[in-house]
Parts: sequence; structure tokens; C-alpha cells
Amino acid sequence: MLLSILLGFAFSIFLVFTGKFFKGKISILASGIPLALFVYFTQFIGRISNGEVITQQHAWIPSFGVDLGFTLDGLSLLFCLMITGIGFLVFVYTSSYLKNHPYLDRFYGYLSMFMAAMLGLVLSDNLISLFIFWELTSISSFFLIGFNNTNRDSRKSAIIALAVTGIGGLSLLVGALFLGAVTGTYSIAEMLTMNPEIASNPYYILIVILFFGAAFTKSAQFPFHFWLPGAMKAPTPVSTYLHSATMVKAGIYLLLRMTPVLGNHEFWNSTLIIVGAITMVYSAIHTLFRTDLKGILAYSTIAALGILVFLIGQGTMEAITAAAVFIIVHALYKATLFLVTGIIDHQAGTRDTTVLRGLRKVLFPVAIAGFLAAISSAGIPPSIGFIGKELTYESTLHFGNLAILLMALIVITKILLLYAGFVAGIKPFTGALPERFLKTKMPSALLWIPPILLATAGIVFGIFPSLIEGSLVKPLVNSMGLNGEEIHLKIWHGFNVILILSIITIAVGTLLYFLIKPSHKLEAWIAKFEGASPQTLITRSWALFYKFSNSWTNLFQNGYLRNYVSTIMIFLIVLTGYSFFRTATYSVDFNTFSPVTVYEAITSLVMLIAIIYTVFTGSRLAAVAAMGIIGYAICILFVIYSAPDLAMTQFSIDTLTVILFVLVLYKLPKYLKLSDYKMRIRDGILSLAFGTIITLLILEVLAEPISSEVSDYYAQNAYLMAHGKNVVNVILVDFRGADTMIEISVLAIAAIGVFALLKLRLKKSDQR
Amino acid sequence: MKTIILRTASTYLLPVLLLFSIFILLRGHYSPGGGFVGGLIASIAFVLHSFARGLDNTKELLRIHPGFLMPVGLALAFLAGVTPVILFDLPFMTGLWYPDHLPVIGSLGSALFFDLGVYLVVVGVTLTIIFTISESA
Repeated sequence: MLLSILLGFAFSIFLVFTGKFFKGKISILASGIPLALFVYFTQFIGRISNGEVITQQHAWIPSFGVDLGFTLDGLSLLFCLMITGIGFLVFVYTSSYLKNHPYLDRFYGYLSMFMAAMLGLVLSDNLISLFIFWELTSISSFFLIGFNNTNRDSRKSAIIALAVTGIGGLSLLVGALFLGAVTGTYSIAEMLTMNPEIASNPYYILIVILFFGAAFTKSAQFPFHFWLPGAMKAPTPVSTYLHSATMVKAGIYLLLRMTPVLGNHEFWNSTLIIVGAITMVYSAIHTLFRTDLKGILAYSTIAALGILVFLIGQGTMEAITAAAVFIIVHALYKATLFLVTGIIDHQAGTRDTTVLRGLRKVLFPVAIAGFLAAISSAGIPPSIGFIGKELTYESTLHFGNLAILLMALIVITKILLLYAGFVAGIKPFTGALPERFLKTKMPSALLWIPPILLATAGIVFGIFPSLIEGSLVKPLVNSMGLNGEEIHLKIWHGFNVILILSIITIAVGTLLYFLIKPSHKLEAWIAKFEGASPQTLITRSWALFYKFSNSWTNLFQNGYLRNYVSTIMIFLIVLTGYSFFRTATYSVDFNTFSPVTVYEAITSLVMLIAIIYTVFTGSRLAAVAAMGIIGYAICILFVIYSAPDLAMTQFSIDTLTVILFVLVLYKLPKYLKLSDYKMRIRDGILSLAFGTIITLLILEVLAEPISSEVSDYYAQNAYLMAHGKNVVNVILVDFRGADTMIEISVLAIAAIGVFALLKLRLKKSDQR
Repeated sequence: MKTIILRTASTYLLPVLLLFSIFILLRGHYSPGGGFVGGLIASIAFVLHSFARGLDNTKELLRIHPGFLMPVGLALAFLAGVTPVILFDLPFMTGLWYPDHLPVIGSLGSALFFDLGVYLVVVGVTLTIIFTISESA
């Protein structure tokens, strides 16, 4: 399983080097990767439906309990098949959709990176590795939304999406750490048995809120939903793949995955039901007021995610079954509608529903795909959408006291979703063909075959629901710790309340479709409420925060080195001084000090002279040279106290520092007396106070008994475990090698920073 | 600073100093030294050369921009860290050692490659900073 995840990452790295040759027709070969993975995952269907759970463990950082542990059960399998199956069709579609695009290689690189991250997310058993893959999906989504990076709106949407999902990611990390602390493990499989203990823990509510924060931002739940319509700035294959079929379902996946661990609690259930209900109704209403096809689809996607959250909140076996079926239904019809929209946009050049009409005459196969998808989205038999809707109604109807209220909400949502599906899938193709679209050409088969395949699957699964019943739905319900053996998916449930509600839904929705035509007037009307929308409120508070941090930063980072240094010193003096004088013992036993040798005395004397010279000299160059002498004197002290490694390093560093200083000072104007008498006195007092504090601190430290446990451990094991006799170096490259790794990365970043600051010469027009 | 003595000496000092820096790098595991100091000494060697012969000459001698050494070094250090994960399923940064003693080098382990990575990064960073500043100032 690890290999199947790494394959996508490997391919995107491979493209970095071979991108130049990755143009034109060859790009379709890339779709071999998701296809191979799809085939790979289908062979597990048999074993998984027999109740097997396939696990794999790779040690990563065992000392922190972080492993690369992978679990393939019913839930993961459904998501894996969706990721690779729809991924394959999107890869094929892209090769034609973005043909001759100059950055096609980048696009495929991001796309396969996303696919790999998403697979990692749904296969991870360890919460920490799940978090890392979660963040990787956010990052690849950022690159894909901002793919048209010359467009200001694209960049803005990409940043908003990254900020919202990024905050969710942090929330996931904190939640995972809390949960890890409570249960003592990061493995989800091990947490499954601890549900009652977790629920009775005082931190339970906090943990659940943190996990909700992650799931709601990723799955675009109210009030964090606003990043998703913005994300539609991405090319259509991305909207299809990330922002409707897979990535936005990561939040749903997380909720499903955590239900056996955190669920079965009133807080969990009621929050999910409330948030899901608000989201689905709010965004379903919004679909009425959009004229951009992608806008309609974006809001109907949010509504569908709301329905899923709503169902997970109910938490019964029926509700989870309905959710499982609806995930499949939604992935099939929504991906189709997005692909159809992409074709319309690509061939006819617009996505405005108010002008699109009669395209069936020029784009017949696309019209079929759109029609079938609209049927499935509307829940009209014999599509799989019908079964999904029946199951949703059934589980809501059986849900306790509030059943009537919840029922009303879900029916309203379904009616509006039917409307949205019809507008997106049927409206562009019906009516008379306007003149401006007469010359619309049939697209390449690579574009229209994927949506046809997806739409047909929606109908085939509807007629033969047994195809997905045993293979996907039952294993998913079983993997949630529920008993899914009684599930029987079928089209005909007999004549009952649910069927009547279904008929009402279809009738009212269709009526709505004929009564309300999308218009710019309606869109303009709803735009008036923009000021009170969550998006405006949240972006405004961001702007305020930005302003605050800007002025706060300017207060301290004012560009004068002397102010930086004095700020650091003042804070250090005040804070350390305060805590020092409160706790210090003031007992320095001078008898324990070794006698001062001649060498130490001479070195100190040299240092003292150099210090006095540095302070009073009138030449910068001389001051720098004197500073160098102080540095070398310190090196000699290191040698005297037998720390040769430190001395060598300090020696080289001091040499380079002097060179750097000289390079910079050489170009500065002549030494000027910028500071007056008063300022010098002030600076003098400040430095003396600083020096005194540090000296007192060191004396205090010496008075403490030294614990040599750590250094003894290193000294004893350096040769045994790391085959080295130089303990300092062994610590650097072996015992604490990860620290060194990060340090050299920081060094490299600093160098890049210096290079960028000095080499970047902005043109006058680019300067702000 | 371009005296004839320094200019002549720098031609011979550069290889000697570089050899010395590699010596320091290799002995690091048993005696004072290591990748960090070694890298600094190598940078000083190049800086000295640039003082004596001019920055352009040093750059020509280097052929590539010193900045390229940073990713190479980072990659090397990272590879030394992940090799145990990939090959032997051991945790990240586990030290691997070649069982037998080799002539001249002594025992060979992944730590040496890690240290070599540190060495390259340090040379790349120091030279990038110093060259950039001396060019633009």
C-alpha cells in the first residue's frame, strides 16, 4: 500500500525533471497511473467484502508513536476506488482539456501529488500521518486553484482556500495530539475499543470540537463553506476531482472514520445534525440565485456535503447506509455535471446559464451524459440517485422526536438540488439553438467519454444495486462497527410515506425548474446580502488582524539595527532580571573555583584591551578588527578548557564574520558620529546591565549541582552505538542528527533569503 | 589587498586548504573536526582566493553557482537519513555501518554521508552569502 501512495509522489517528482518533454498527446499516458491503482484496489473488493481488514505497518518515528500504518477496510476501499477511478477519468479528460497548455506538466504533477496525498489520507491508520497527508491535499489544492496564476482572482481564491483548510489542518493536529494524550496511542485501530473512556474524559468536548474544525473547513460546512465557490476558479478537471468528488469528502471521511471512536455521544450527533442541516438548506437556496454553471454546481456540492454531515450526525445504521450510497451517487453525478460544464465552457466559450440553450444539436453525447446525471441528481428512478434519496428519507423519518422538522429540511434541500441538477444538466441542451452557438464543434472523444461513463454507471448501479451492495456499501457499514448484513438496496420499496415524499420532491422540483429561470437580476439581488455573509465577516476580521499585526510589527521591526539590539537587551534584562532576583540564592562559593592560570589571565587581558578599543575607536574597520580579536580570545579560552571542536568552529566563524563585516563596512560612508553624548551614556548603561545580568546568571548556574546523566550517556554510548570517538561530532551527526538536518535547512533558507533580498531589483513599476 | 605575494600564494593555498578541509571532515568522527568546521574552512579557502584574485576568477574556478551546493547537500543528508527507512525498515536517521574496515577511510557509515551533506550545505550557504554581499555592496 505504501508503494501505491508513493507512486503518485514519484510521478510528480519525475515530471519536475522531464516536464519539457511532457507535451501534447503523450500526456494521456499519465492516466495509466490512476488506472493501474484502480485495478490494484479492485482486487481487494473480494477480500474486504468477506470482512477482512488489510493492514500494513512501517516504522517511521517509533519513539513518538508515529508510524506509517495503513488500513484498508470498507471505508478506505470506497474512497480509494473513487480517488483512483474518477482520477483516471479526470486524467484522461485533462489531456484533451488542457491540450497545448504551456504548464500541462505542472498540472499533472500537482494532480498526481494530490492523488497520492488523498490515498495516503484515506489509508492512514496513524493520526499524525493522516494529518500530514491532509495538509498535502490542502497544499496541492492551493496550487491547482491558483493554476492560472496570472489571474488575480485565482490567486486570491487559492489563498482563501489554503487559509481556511489550513486552519482546519491545525485544528486536526491539535485534536490528534489531545486524542493521543488521552488514549496513549495515535493508531485509530487501537482507539476503537476505547470509545466509552474517551467520551467520559473531561477533554472529550474539546477534542470533538477540534476534529469538527478540521472536517467542517475541509468539507465546506457553514460558516466555512465560502472557500469552495471561490475554488471554482480552478480549471474544470480540478473542480471535478478535488472540489466535488474527492478532497472535499476528506472531511466526511474523517467524520466517518472517527464515528466509532468519538461518536455515540449527544454532542457529536446534535452538532453534526445542526451544522449539516444549516449547510444543506443555506447552500441549496443559494443555487437558485446563480447564473454561472460552476457556481450552481459549487453550491449544490456544499448542499450535498451538508446532507452527508447530517446523515453521519444521525449515526444509525440506516443513516450510515444512506450516507455510503449517497457518497457514491454524488461522486458519480456531480463529477459528470462538472465534466459536462467543462465541455460546454471549452466548446461554447461560456458558462452563463441564461444564454446557454439548445446545445444538444451540436453536442449530442454530452447532452446524454448531462441528462443522465440530472436524473440521478434528481433522484428519479431508475437511477442510483433514487435509491440514495429513498434511504436518506427513510433514515430521517425514523429519527426520533424531531423527525418531522428534519424531514421538512431534507425534502426542501432535495427539491432545490433537483432544480440545480436540471439547470446544470438539462437546461443548456434544451430549447432552440441560438445563432452564436451554431459553430460549436464536437469535442474530442477524450472529453465526452469520461462523463458518459460516469453517468451510465449511475444508471447501471440504479438498475442493479446489488453491484455495489455487497462490494462497497456493506463493507463500509461493517467497518464503522455497525451490522450491515441486513442491508438490501432495491428500487421498489412498496407504496409508503417515503414514496409519496419522493413523488412530491420530484413534482415540486420540476415545477420549480419551469417557474424560476436563472437570471442576472436574481443574482444581483442576492449580492446585496453579501455584506452579512460569513465570507465578508471572516475576510474583514482577517483584514483587521492584518492591520494590527502590521502596526505591531512596525513598532519593533523599524529597520534600525540599534533599536533591534536594544529591544532584545531590554526585554532580556527585564524578564530574566525579574525572575532572577525573585528566585536566586546569591550564594557563590568562590573557594570551589580553580585558581586563575597565567594563560587565562593573559587572554582575559587581551580581551579587555580589545573591548575598550572597540568602544572608543573612531574607525569602523578598527572596531571590526578589535571584535575579531575578542572572538579569537574566546577561541583560546575554549582551547584552554579543552573544547577543541568549539574552538575550531568559533575560529572559522570569527574569520568569516570579520570578512563579512569588512565587505559591508567597506561600502558604507565614513564613520559618522550619529549618537550624541546622552545616547552613548544610555547605551553604555544598557550594555553594562546586560553584561551584569549574564554574569550573575552564570554564577548562579555554577552554584547548582550539575546533572551529568545526559553527557555521561553520550560519552558512554558514542563508540558503542555510533562507532565514533569524538562525542561532539557523534551527537551532531547521529544522536541528534535530525536537529542538524533542520539546522542546515534553516541555513539554506537564510542564504536564499540573503540572495533574494540583495539580488532582487524590482522594476519601478513593480514597486508598491 | 592584491599583493603579488598573496596572489601567488593563493594559487597554492587553495588546494592545500581544500584538502585540509576534507581531512577535517573525514577525521571528525574520531577527533576534533567534522562537516561543519570542514565546510567553513573550505569556504575560507575560496574567500581567500577571491580576495587575492578577484571574485570573477573564483567564480570561474567554481563553474557552478555555490548556491547549487545547498540542495545537493540537503538531498545527500536527507538520503543518508531515509536510507535506513527504505532499505531496512529502520527508523529515520538510524546509523548504518559497513561491517568491515576499509583501507585509508576506516569504517564507513551513513553518518559520513550525512556529514558530507552538512559540509556541502555550509560551503554553499557561506559562499552564497559572502559572494552576494560582495557583489552588491
